[in-house]
Amino acid sequence: MKLITAVIKPHKWEDVREALETFGVTGMTVSEVSGYGRQKGHTEVYRGAEYDIALVPKVRIEIVTEDDDAEDVVGIIVKTAQTGRIGDGKVWVSGIETVVRVRTGDRDEAAI
Amino acid sequence: MTALPAFAATVPDSGDTAWLLAASALVLLMAPGLALFYGGMVRSKSVLNMIMMTFGALAVIVIVWVLVGYSLAFGDDLGAGLLGDPFQHFGLSDLMAAGDSAVPTILFAVFQGLFCVITGALISGAIADRARFGAWLVYVAVWTVVVYAPVAHWIFDFSAGEHVGGWMANRVGVLDFAGGTAVEICSGASALALAIVLGPRLGFGRDAMRPHNLTLVMLGAGLLWFGWFGFNAGSALGANQSAAVVFAATLVAGAAGTLGWLSVERLRDGHATSLGAASGMVAGLVAITPSCGSLSPIGAIVMGAVAGGICAWAVGLKYTFGYDDSLDVVGVHMVGGIVGTLGIGLIATAAAPTGVDGLLYGGGADQLGKQTIGVGAVLVYSFVISGIIGLIVDKAMGFRIDGEHEVSGIDLIVHAETAYDLHATAGARSSGSGLFGGLHSGDHRDEEDE
Repeated sequence: MKLITAVIKPHKWEDVREALETFGVTGMTVSEVSGYGRQKGHTEVYRGAEYDIALVPKVRIEIVTEDDDAEDVVGIIVKTAQTGRIGDGKVWVSGIETVVRVRTGDRDEAAI
Repeated sequence: MTALPAFAATVPDSGDTAWLLAASALVLLMAPGLALFYGGMVRSKSVLNMIMMTFGALAVIVIVWVLVGYSLAFGDDLGAGLLGDPFQHFGLSDLMAAGDSAVPTILFAVFQGLFCVITGALISGAIADRARFGAWLVYVAVWTVVVYAPVAHWIFDFSAGEHVGGWMANRVGVLDFAGGTAVEICSGASALALAIVLGPRLGFGRDAMRPHNLTLVMLGAGLLWFGWFGFNAGSALGANQSAAVVFAATLVAGAAGTLGWLSVERLRDGHATSLGAASGMVAGLVAITPSCGSLSPIGAIVMGAVAGGICAWAVGLKYTFGYDDSLDVVGVHMVGGIVGTLGIGLIATAAAPTGVDGLLYGGGADQLGKQTIGVGAVLVYSFVISGIIGLIVDKAMGFRIDGEHEVSGIDLIVHAETAYDLHATAGARSSGSGLFGGLHSGDHRDEEDE
């Protein structure tokens, strides 16, 4: 089992969700986060005083999949979230030892 | 401000009285307007304290004003035009019975008290995020008695019949229709002294202390403008031609101030900002406050636009000199008040209610000289006395909260409240009310003595 984590541009999240649903992904965890990478932040001006705002708003998606689906899911996220401009985000995959469904106690593949 | 009209055909005049009743309520609305204007400009961890400094000042000043403030400002002069008799109208008790003026004197007293409220509340913008609430209330009570009341006596208390008023209005002839000196310069200079006494916020000039809610700022600015019609046009003390001319000037100057500030911003910083629009509007209104009775509508356009432009520049002075006038009371109110009060000497027209020509209208430099005396006197007096009160309060009880508390947020430590509950998972659970369960000793409560 794999945990796929994607940090993407907020306005791309609906497209990504739709594409993943079409593929058959049935659930995910989504958070509004902030951070920065090569995109850096931006400048704001209040009464003439300039402030460098380092953090940029992003959406983080977390999905647990079976091993065989991981590459496909990553491909879908990258293809859908891509604008080609700086700040598109990142996707990474990590291994998972155990998953338990809270309602039933089902474990691992049965719990996904 | 004109002298309270006496011996009207009908006493009291119902039209004049109705207008001043409404105008007083409009001036009161400026307090919550200012609270929102200021509250939106601070960070989310200190918005409640910012709002509470205005509401606290409102409560304290009204009481002090009724007890002694009004008498000090509008009682018979004790000598030299410096101060009124502090016991003449104690508690306003002697104003209960009907008099012979077109507007009941007790209504005039209330209207004037609300001027003191807004002036005092304005000061709080200079000490955002870091003042102990109790110390602020003590400061503002003392300030009402020893700063505002005397200054109001100087400029607002006109001699009439056997009543002798203040030196600036009666002996010098300074023109100040609604408070460029007593309200704007007084609040700005008092604020400058207090900002210096308290010192800058931790991280001033380094951290991005950006406004947390500009929609509140815009709403507050709108309420201020609305209330300002009561402030300025109410100062005509009647429902008459003067009030109407002043009303028009108040409308025009707010608009011109907005454009003046936005123009400077667009040229200097590249963008016309919403905070700039709100600030420019207020700057225009500040400058028209003393001059609304002395200018033509075209003059009001010039006054508003110039004030908007100059104040947009003046708010940067705090970074040059290193005082933390957090919300720019000095840059907007003190500087705008000076522009408006001196500007009367330049562009006043005799066609306006005060009937005086300024320098550019062929009236010579005479009025400009008088205006300069008024500006200088109020500037120096307010700054010095406010600073002394601030120092005494600081010595006696401590004016600033702990640095640690300032960083974590003044709302929680001083008021035990959080302004915005936006998360379902805050972990909040009732620990029994103070009434029935006794005070819960949360880790922040036993540290604070407020």
